[in-house]
Amino acid sequence: MFDQLSDKLEGVFSGLRQRGVLTEPMIREGLREIRRVLLEADVNFQVTRDFMKRVEEKALGERVLKAVSPGQQLVKIVHEELTSMLGERRSPLALAPIPPTVIMMVGLQGSGKTTTAGKIARKMKREMRQTRMVACDVYRPAAVEQLQTLGEQVGVPVYAEPGSQDVVGIARRALELAQSERDRVVIFDTAGRLQIDEQLMDELKRLKEVLKPAEILFVADGMIGQESVNVAKGFDDALDITGVVLTKMDGDARGGAALSIYGVTGKPIKFLGVGEKLDGLEEFHPERMAGRILQQGDVLSLVEKA
Amino acid sequence: IVDVALTDVSVLVKGLDEGSLEGLEEQLIGADFGVPATLRLTGVVETLAERGVARSQRDFLRAVREEIVAILSAGRSDTALRFNYEGGPTVFLIVGVNGVGKTTTIAKLAHRLTRQGRRVMIAAGDTFRAGAIEQLRRWAERVGCEFVGSEPGRDPAAVAFDALEQAREKNVDVVIVDTAGRLHTQGDLMKELEKVHRVLGKKLDGAPHETLAVLDSTTGQNAMAQIRSFGQLVPLTGIVLTKMDGTAKGGIVVALKEEFDLPVKFIGVGEKMTDLVPFEIEQFAEEVMEA
Ligand SMILES: Nc1nc2c(ncn2[C@@H]2O[C@H](COP(=O)(O)OP(=O)(O)OP(=O)(O)O)[C@@H](O)[C@H]2O)c(=O)[nH]1
Ligand SMILES: Nc1nc2c(ncn2[C@@H]2O[C@H](COP(=O)(O)OP(=O)(O)OP(=O)(O)O)[C@@H](O)[C@H]2O)c(=O)[nH]1
Ligand SMILES: [Mg+2]
Ligand SMILES: [Mg+2]
Repeated sequence: MFDQLSDKLEGVFSGLRQRGVLTEPMIREGLREIRRVLLEADVNFQVTRDFMKRVEEKALGERVLKAVSPGQQLVKIVHEELTSMLGERRSPLALAPIPPTVIMMVGLQGSGKTTTAGKIARKMKREMRQTRMVACDVYRPAAVEQLQTLGEQVGVPVYAEPGSQDVVGIARRALELAQSERDRVVIFDTAGRLQIDEQLMDELKRLKEVLKPAEILFVADGMIGQESVNVAKGFDDALDITGVVLTKMDGDARGGAALSIYGVTGKPIKFLGVGEKLDGLEEFHPERMAGRILQQGDVLSLVEKA
Repeated sequence: IVDVALTDVSVLVKGLDEGSLEGLEEQLIGADFGVPATLRLTGVVETLAERGVARSQRDFLRAVREEIVAILSAGRSDTALRFNYEGGPTVFLIVGVNGVGKTTTIAKLAHRLTRQGRRVMIAAGDTFRAGAIEQLRRWAERVGCEFVGSEPGRDPAAVAFDALEQAREKNVDVVIVDTAGRLHTQGDLMKELEKVHRVLGKKLDGAPHETLAVLDSTTGQNAMAQIRSFGQLVPLTGIVLTKMDGTAKGGIVVALKEEFDLPVKFIGVGEKMTDLVPFEIEQFAEEVMEA
């Protein structure tokens, strides 16, 4: 039942065990294999390096050297370490003490902001909170129509000013409306942008000033590679994001970006996007994510039994 | 010391500081080349270093660039689009996972071909995503090309069929068919794509003349699985690498080339319809290794 990594590691260790002693070079060889698995899961190489340093210390300790199945033991250590590095606890959405709770969606082009806005609106509505969405993407063709369609699908009103390019003005008027209508939650969709696009990043900063959001959710494509670190850092430095949503995790992406993004921003991953439909939103579980990155099943319970 | 946290490069060459091969490896990994391609490329440099041919960091970089150029130039590397010279319109089918830039790339291609004096039609084969049809319609207006619409939820193969009918009536030169983004793991949706491809071929011999997979340059190792799966269902003819105006390097295309021998035909360098340029191998090799 053990997956690839454990098998590989047992292979690495088998030669050593025949001789009865597990040596440091053997463990280092095993660690090398783990490093490779992390890089293949798109964990950023710097984050991988830091991570491996921590694992190395533990692995060279007694636990592995004396273990009956050192491969499994090593995977267990890595799994534990990964889990703790992905953020210990699940982190729900922050609701403002005085409504409305303002949520801003930000991120690169095509990462899934608009869809995730619809998903969160659906969730809020089902939790009996009066919710509104606001179309602050004035650039992408038919971005407003996209949000309006999603609004209809979940039964949540959408504020938009078709034709207007005044993003901050739209946001201000939307917020006033939300206050007078006693909305509980207002979700602002914004246009996709590069973290190096100063003008557009500035627009987000001005939006933040006006909206004073309880949540600024950085939406990242779960298939993103090594750049995840620079992108997340760019958005976090500019906006001090409050959380992360990793989308398109219904595919076979290993999602190493989860570790990278958390590693550089320290901001919790709040949700996973697991489908194009509006019910495709899941809470984030660090231990499951760790298993996914390592391509392992439930390592902990298996080792416990062994 | 062998620093496992850093590198797989085991042989250290005399007269070289340890950092340089490691630095190279970091650069390649950091540009999303992936582990196997990175090890192959550093291996090449290592061999050169052992023979004393490459000594400095500059030599290393040049050697890697040359190797990248060699890989990308081998086999199928023509960026020219294939047109239909046998009568009837030329048909391009655009595929890829969600949000990579398919629809925008279609607008860019339509703009490019229109400027070359061709009559272009774009067809709204994404009947699934909210606002997708409207998005393509807006682009058609901006580009000033023909547009074949649809209603949400309609069978995309039927839209493709309609598009070919209308293209004949309106005497259009090139039809570009949009498709909904789909993850390569979604079996039903992948079958649907196969059907679109099949219908095009039935309606017009030799169509589609290009089936381009759009790839987001920020994508990591999952790109391999994407191209493999799409290619298994519909014969791909090339790749368009988008969002190259960002900070991602798109190094995965080197591994893709080695594995699937598909040419990158264009890169997307922005959100405007003018932001599409043919892929330049030398330039790519230069930029992908820039710090
Ligand atoms: N499979 C899958 N697709 C998703 C998920 N989230 C979003 N998508 C799809 O990804 C594509 C892009 O999503 P959008 O919500 O338009 O992304 P965006 O960030 O708003 O894009 P821009 O506004 O252009 O920057 C669409 O095809 C969505 O249906 C997810 O969790 N799983
Ligand atoms: N910076 C940049 N953005 C791009 C580029 N190409 C597309 N985009 C943006 O990426 C986002 C998604 O583009 P779309 O063309 O809608 O992508 P798609 O693949 O059709 O998406 P779905 O149909 O939802 O799967 C939009 O915000 C585009 O403006 C590019 O080359 N550079
Ligand atoms: Mg959007
Ligand atoms: Mg599209």
